[in-house]
Amino acid sequence: MDIRFDKLGVVIAAIAAYGAYVAPFAIFRANRIVPGEPRSILEALPQPLGPLLLVALVAAGLVALLKTPLPVRLLASIAALASLVLLIGIAATYLTPEGNTFARVSPASGFWVSIFAFTLLLADGLTRLQLSPLGRIVALALAAAAISWLLASGRWDSLSILKEYFNRSDVFWSEAQRHVTLALGSLAGAVIVGLPLGILCHRVEALRAGVLNVLNIIQTIPSIALFGILIAPLGWIAANVPGAAAIGIRGIGVAPAFVALFLYSLLPVVANTVVGLGGVPRAANDAARGMGMTGWQRLWRVEFPLAFPVILTGIRIVLVQNIGLATIAALIGGGGFGVFVFQGIGQMAMDLVLLGAVPTVAMAFAAAIILDAVVEIAATRRPVTVTA
Amino acid sequence: MRAWIPTILRLLLLAVLVAFLANPYWFEPLFRPLTQNGAPAIYNQGSLLSLTLQHLKIVAIATAAAIVVAISLAILVTRPAGAEFLPLSRSLVNIGQTFPPVAVLALAVPAVGFGEKPTLIALFLYGLLPIFENTLTGLTTTPANVVEAARGAGMTGRQRLVGIELPLSVPVILAGIRLSVVISLATATIGSTVAAKTLGEVIIAGLLSNNLAFVLQGGLLVAALAVLIYDALSALERMAARRMGQVARND
Repeated sequence: MDIRFDKLGVVIAAIAAYGAYVAPFAIFRANRIVPGEPRSILEALPQPLGPLLLVALVAAGLVALLKTPLPVRLLASIAALASLVLLIGIAATYLTPEGNTFARVSPASGFWVSIFAFTLLLADGLTRLQLSPLGRIVALALAAAAISWLLASGRWDSLSILKEYFNRSDVFWSEAQRHVTLALGSLAGAVIVGLPLGILCHRVEALRAGVLNVLNIIQTIPSIALFGILIAPLGWIAANVPGAAAIGIRGIGVAPAFVALFLYSLLPVVANTVVGLGGVPRAANDAARGMGMTGWQRLWRVEFPLAFPVILTGIRIVLVQNIGLATIAALIGGGGFGVFVFQGIGQMAMDLVLLGAVPTVAMAFAAAIILDAVVEIAATRRPVTVTA
Repeated sequence: MRAWIPTILRLLLLAVLVAFLANPYWFEPLFRPLTQNGAPAIYNQGSLLSLTLQHLKIVAIATAAAIVVAISLAILVTRPAGAEFLPLSRSLVNIGQTFPPVAVLALAVPAVGFGEKPTLIALFLYGLLPIFENTLTGLTTTPANVVEAARGAGMTGRQRLVGIELPLSVPVILAGIRLSVVISLATATIGSTVAAKTLGEVIIAGLLSNNLAFVLQGGLLVAALAVLIYDALSALERMAARRMGQVARND
């Protein structure tokens, strides 16, 4: 039997080899802001775990390199990722001197590069597996469960990012709640206003170009400026409209952040509603009219269900975008994970930056996978409702 | 007649932009009411013109790098030799787009430190995706009969790519570049939170000193640049599409 190489595997193996043998595995710092000292896998792990990890990574790299069956590749990537994430926790405990609360150990470039290499292998395997929408959500849930278990088991407790978390665990959850409220609340507002506006733009052609142009221009205003610009009008409303301040409208804080996110969210919702309704086949509308349906009945029972997948795609865009943009709210006192990002940048404490950035990325990623699956389910259901 | 209005509005916008950058103090009366306690109405911690040029330079460098890398990658994965990478690169693009620009920027800081570098990296990575995705769309949706005809005419794979597939994809690729530039223009302002010299400095100075005039100046400058560049690239795209349309019809 001849040995055949997998092209993608060559790339993955090269990246993994660099990550495991050349780049440092962990960084040790005497306190949270001094420059760190790199540690290789052999230096960062107690015997015999270091050599074992190297052997495991080489084995997984070989599986990637050679043409191997899909289940083997998936298993190898999961095994490699699992040993990396387990051992980085052990490395942190091992490198931290007993009883020293100032020392910080964080994953270094080698760790991230290796994670990237085997995530590529996993992603390639999952792509070739062509999971159903439901299957993708289950895979996401499994990954989330594994990470929650790792966090709960305390195996990562010595890592610098979790030390930052323990220093502000109460604030972390209130900022998390604020972040979710901002992202989901502004999305809800955009759907409540954007759907009728989209329907109106679809029905009244004279409005369409004007509304879409204005919404397009709003998108070009940089987020930090839009957040800032809204401070003034909201401050004025709070001072001059009776009762406005009582319901939480203020110049700085949540209100301008919420309004800014809402304004950014309008374009995808309105534009996709217009596109979705415009794509409804004439025949379907004619048939509905022939059955004697009124305008409202047609809208709710024919046009809207048919346009639903496209509208849902708009909602997916908005949600992922809002989760990211809500980070900026912290600059104007609106809270959210951005608080940690910008505090960390200010204090040059990169672990604190990660504490804000990692949950944001994880949330955006999860939202994208879940909503993509929902969009696909909605889109494949469509022909059924058409024939029914 | 009405078709003229948008063009005139755009020329007007360009004229105002140039005038503002040439001498911002001409516009001081407009911004004066937005300040309190005699705070300066026009950004005075540096030249707006040089910040604008810096801003454009960062966006231009990042976009140029993104164009080269994204188009090369898209060509690579659509050739027979790179076909194995196609499914993975598709899902990577989807995953990549879920990364918020702020997070990309924040994550680049630990790796390369403060200043322009993290901004360039974030803009480059974020700019890659729309261009790569659109080039992929362009190259994979070339009409099959056109490619067949080219093959029948005895063109090699390279000749087909350079003579047929790439030219036909130009409008779609340009649309991707336009999207990427507009996103980068806005994202570059966030770069100022990590000490990059962009128009974001003006906005952040305004936020810090509670000076609405600064916030508005920075924001409007970036928005005007984005609108003008968006329109210019759209026009270029329409021109390319029209030319490609004619080429197809002549065939």
